[in-house]
Amino acid sequence: MNEIAIEQGRVSDKFVFGFWIYLMTDLIMFSVLFASFAVLRGATFGGPAEHQLYDLANALTETLVLLTSSFTCGLAMLAAYRGKQGQATAWFAATFALGAAFLGLELREFFAFAAAGNTPQASASLSAFFTLVGTHGLHISAGLLWMLVAIAQIRLKGLSPFVVSKLKRLSVFWHFLDIVWIFIFTIVYLMGHML
Amino acid sequence: MDERNYTSYIVGFISSIALTLTAFFVALRPGAFQLSGNGVFAAILVLAMVQLAVQLVSFLHLGSGEERGPRFLIFAGTIGLVLLIVIGSMWIMNHLNYNMMASPAQMRQYMNAQQGF
Repeated sequence: MNEIAIEQGRVSDKFVFGFWIYLMTDLIMFSVLFASFAVLRGATFGGPAEHQLYDLANALTETLVLLTSSFTCGLAMLAAYRGKQGQATAWFAATFALGAAFLGLELREFFAFAAAGNTPQASASLSAFFTLVGTHGLHISAGLLWMLVAIAQIRLKGLSPFVVSKLKRLSVFWHFLDIVWIFIFTIVYLMGHML
Repeated sequence: MDERNYTSYIVGFISSIALTLTAFFVALRPGAFQLSGNGVFAAILVLAMVQLAVQLVSFLHLGSGEERGPRFLIFAGTIGLVLLIVIGSMWIMNHLNYNMMASPAQMRQYMNAQQGF
């Protein structure tokens, strides 16, 4: 490895570190939403309790789909590190498809809630639910958009150190969203089921 | 674990799936695991924490790479803030409810019963 490449490697690591700091602030935002959800989950305003609304099988499918997408995202990064453009594109496309499937399942649940009159304005409990889960869904949507841009960049510019550094931040973002979802699955769905 | 290594992702993926399914079945059939209500809550929280650790190491490679020291430090600080926010909010809001002044009807009933008015 020549000196320029080493220098680029350092720069790319610094970018990832800066992005990591952003993710930590994002984590604090999610923790505030988790706190308000935990405080407000009992405030149903006479409406149905949560455990009567959740479809646990749907939530489990969402979790498994997102976990798999995190794995394919990792495989895409491994292909990118090895300079395999075709493989990297294919794995990112698979990650995109799984992410879109996750978003579809989540929106189907939201629309099923709304169809039964359980909209965000029906109670404080539902406001907190839609804000927490919806914010995660918005992050996923942003990640999907980012992934389309990333795939286009791989196709147009090839796997230059600059592009790989961008891909690395995208993958860190995607793995981070997977971790946040694990806590939504545990605290909102599994614990809601036992209340 | 090294970030350019297949094993790290495969181990992370398989253990995440296993942990998710375990948490799911513990929540669905607590009887099969001989757990009481609070035991189930504790068990699935612990399973989520283990999964957090697994994914941090195998997917996010916390603990390897050039910036691992600062990255870990700021992560630990953030977790401290998160715990403060979540546990603090729940603690304060639950006690706020408890210490809130009662409605006039409840107050009259309380005074009749306790103070003999």
